[in-house]
Amino acid sequence: MSEANPRRAGATATDEFSARQQEVDEARASEEGQEGRPYELRAATQGIFGELRADKAGLLAAIFLTIVLIGAVFAPWLAPQGPVEGNPSTASIDPIWAGGTWAHVLGTDAQGYDVLSRLMYGARTTLLIGFAVVLIAGLFGVTLGLIAGYRGGRTDRWLMRWVDVQVAFPGLLIALIMIAVLGPSKTSLIFVLSFNGWMVYARMTRGVVLAAKERPYVEAAEMVGCRPRRVMFVHILPNLTSSLVTLAVLEFARIILAEATLSFLGLGLQFPEVSLGVMANGGRDSFFSLPRLAIIPGVVITLIVLAVNFLASWLRVVFDPQEREKRFAAGATTAATTVEGAAT
Amino acid sequence: MIGPPDDAPVLEVDHLQIDFVTRRGTVHAVRDVSFTIAHGETVGLVGESGSGKSVTAQALLGMIELPGKIVGGDVRWKGESLVHGPGVRRTIERVRGAEIAMVFQDPMTSLDPVFTIGSQIVEVLRRHRRLGRKAAKARAVELLDLVGIANPAARIKQYPFEMSGGMRQRVLIAMALACEPALLVADEPTTALDVTIQAQILELIAELQRELQLAVLLITHDLGVVAGVCDRVAVMYAGKIVEDAPAADLYAEPAHPYTAGLLGSTPRLDIVLDRLVAIEGAPPDLRLPPPGCAYATRCPHAVERCEAEQPSLERFVALPLAGEASEEDAVLAEDELDDPARTGRTVACFRADDLRRQRVSA
Amino acid sequence: MGRYLSQRLGQGIVVILGVTTLVFVVTRMIGDPVNFILPLSASEEQRAALRSDLGFDRSILSQFGSFLRDAVRLDFGNSTYFRNEDALDVVMRFLPKTLQLAAAGMVMALLLSVPLGAIAALRPGGLLDKFLVTLSLIGLATPQFFLGQVILLLTSVKFNLVQFGDGPWTHLIFPALTLALPAIGRLTMVTRSAMIDELNSQYVKAARAKGVAARRIVGVHALRNAAIPFVTLFGWEVIRALAGYTLVVEAVFDWPGLGDLAILAIRERDFFLIQTIVFIVAIMVVLINIAIDVAYKIVDPRVKL
Repeated sequence: MSEANPRRAGATATDEFSARQQEVDEARASEEGQEGRPYELRAATQGIFGELRADKAGLLAAIFLTIVLIGAVFAPWLAPQGPVEGNPSTASIDPIWAGGTWAHVLGTDAQGYDVLSRLMYGARTTLLIGFAVVLIAGLFGVTLGLIAGYRGGRTDRWLMRWVDVQVAFPGLLIALIMIAVLGPSKTSLIFVLSFNGWMVYARMTRGVVLAAKERPYVEAAEMVGCRPRRVMFVHILPNLTSSLVTLAVLEFARIILAEATLSFLGLGLQFPEVSLGVMANGGRDSFFSLPRLAIIPGVVITLIVLAVNFLASWLRVVFDPQEREKRFAAGATTAATTVEGAAT
Repeated sequence: MIGPPDDAPVLEVDHLQIDFVTRRGTVHAVRDVSFTIAHGETVGLVGESGSGKSVTAQALLGMIELPGKIVGGDVRWKGESLVHGPGVRRTIERVRGAEIAMVFQDPMTSLDPVFTIGSQIVEVLRRHRRLGRKAAKARAVELLDLVGIANPAARIKQYPFEMSGGMRQRVLIAMALACEPALLVADEPTTALDVTIQAQILELIAELQRELQLAVLLITHDLGVVAGVCDRVAVMYAGKIVEDAPAADLYAEPAHPYTAGLLGSTPRLDIVLDRLVAIEGAPPDLRLPPPGCAYATRCPHAVERCEAEQPSLERFVALPLAGEASEEDAVLAEDELDDPARTGRTVACFRADDLRRQRVSA
Repeated sequence: MGRYLSQRLGQGIVVILGVTTLVFVVTRMIGDPVNFILPLSASEEQRAALRSDLGFDRSILSQFGSFLRDAVRLDFGNSTYFRNEDALDVVMRFLPKTLQLAAAGMVMALLLSVPLGAIAALRPGGLLDKFLVTLSLIGLATPQFFLGQVILLLTSVKFNLVQFGDGPWTHLIFPALTLALPAIGRLTMVTRSAMIDELNSQYVKAARAKGVAARRIVGVHALRNAAIPFVTLFGWEVIRALAGYTLVVEAVFDWPGLGDLAILAIRERDFFLIQTIVFIVAIMVVLINIAIDVAYKIVDPRVKL
């Protein structure tokens, strides 16, 4: 989202908020009126890394996420042990800071499994689910949003009514029931979370398309005789990139939380599969005796979600020159007051 | 000071300098601007967008906010500084909205959309006049009536979105006049309105000015707008005042080439021009203002000196219409050289006198 | 107004119908529910008897038809887990606890997020703003169950503060806080960004030019305008709390509410109970949506219902 809002302001991992954000963005976009996309695009690509260097939280988040990603992707090669490798003889070893051994840096759980290894495999599953859901829900939502926005009329009304009805569903409850029925597996988790998550993309895409349709260069393209499909993909879709990337990033964070929550409630993945949520659920059993088994995955989930949010807010700045100027002005404000204070 | 107290300037802007700190460098938006407004006088401040006129207006109400900053000069309201000094905050609080009031360019967004217009007028009255609810409401109705809104008692219960742009601008003017200010600053009050409404609003301002003995600072990019309304016009270019003259004189004979260019590009009803002439080029980048006259690069009359040296505002004696009368004028002006408000006319151009001579000989 | 209400109610009925249909279809796909109800040792005759007794031997369409007919009369059948007690009675027994929790949590969220967001917006980029934004981000990034666990650990174990579960009002505080914290994070951010927008708007500039006091500009003009986006998002938070997050909080704190009941019903494959819960939750969601619109109309005079 090129920041909003209404925009813009902080990054949050909520679909509703994103939707609002998008409304604000729309308004802002229409205010900007005639500004053409090519300029936005150039401005966006120029400053990406310069902006990241200036944004310390964003930089830290990017580094952290890179480490997590490497650990997760290469878990089978990097992890000291398998996720369910161990036996009661290695059970409940303390982590290194509590007098444990380097063989089990984060200690082992009550089953004797190495916590660090499980963390890496768990992150692997969780991130995989996150990516898959963002991809599936995103593709589905964007496609329907494009159709609704570009076609308009009855198609638009019916598609948006569908979206409205589904948005009004009690999400987590329905997800729980569906997973109970489909059986706890990666596939069903991905299906259920996609089923519950595509609507934001549709709404946002539709909004951007509606706004873009009014822009002079789209009207010009239509007048020159570009075919609808070409207008859609060449002239309208690029408007979406910045909003879509930010939304997808925020949705990714939301999905990670959702997976963890479902698994925590014991309705997500089951043994021998491991995800961050499964680990959190495992921590419940020995919560009062070995709280670290709940705290370690909890902290990791929090950090990942936090880092993703920081990343989203950085992206927002990168994509939105106005937001960039605003942040700079805010910085200048503090600098100027300091100078003023020193003078008096 | 000679003359009746009414002639003393109520507002003095004295070598005002305002900078904006942006990411791409510091913009010197207002560079050494001085002018005065006398009691009951209507002054036009004219310039294209980016010339610093709106920023100057905001400075009059102490409304320059970071990243903008007043870095030099002063604004004095009846002798009290609105820029610095120990009691400046209290002065601004007392003056703003009560003694100096402002009307903005965009009536569509200048009213709070979720409150009735009545409550927004009442708010000012209660703040500055400490009126009770009932009295404030009665006064609000009166004010709406004053600015020509029909059925004001019903109107005060309406929300801004229920009114047209012209109507809202009337409401904003009523609001500005609520506390009977001595100076009304109108920042492009007609730009966002239809042409027919524009004329009505200008007429309203002129009428109120006469009735209420208001001083008015009318800020606009449109020389045509100030023509019928203003006593005096100051022309701003690139953060400086380039010419300050009685309105009639300025129209009759623009002294600064920029003013002339501006007039040449303004459609007028009273003179039939073959065509409108656009000014070539663009204003300078105010992050790096040129060492010389800011208009030099666009000026058809520029000489070497213009590029090298800053012209300052100098007294300018208008084209003599009849020998005797002009001699007298010149003598009078000679006595009061230091007081631009009395000399009538100043211009910041090295070539103003040359050009005048050329015109006379032609 | 009348037209709006009928339209909204119509939409609400579509939502409720959609949700219940979905749940109906989904739950009948689980397998033979009779196997969950009767012990393994039950004979085939017993199973068949129960099956026809509960109507599971009929076609899915006729089952759905009678389900809808009964639902209109608020007859959702009997809970299988709770020894044939009327499902609606069971739900109604658990519902107050959840409402209590949600209400307490949402009041907390409202009272904390609005002032925090407004304060942060006063000086965007300032130290306090950065602090509050970081805190909000951490709040909304922390999984609720983890938050609950940490609070549980700190209070009941380390300090032996309170016993959770059925008890006086003081025991409500920590579960409610757990429920509220992510909402506080999100709503603080929303308030903040809305306030920043409002404070940068032209009417605020105009109000300042009128000489209106800063306190009044922030507390009356900007806040009232910022309430417009806030109302919708706050409503969504209430919906999310009622229809989702209470599940998690109740699981962590052993809070005997609807969420706990829902998880139990899903584990025990208690169809009638699941359906009743979903139906009740869907009704609440629809009602809250209507409440959001009404509140929206109240804060924004431009909205026509």
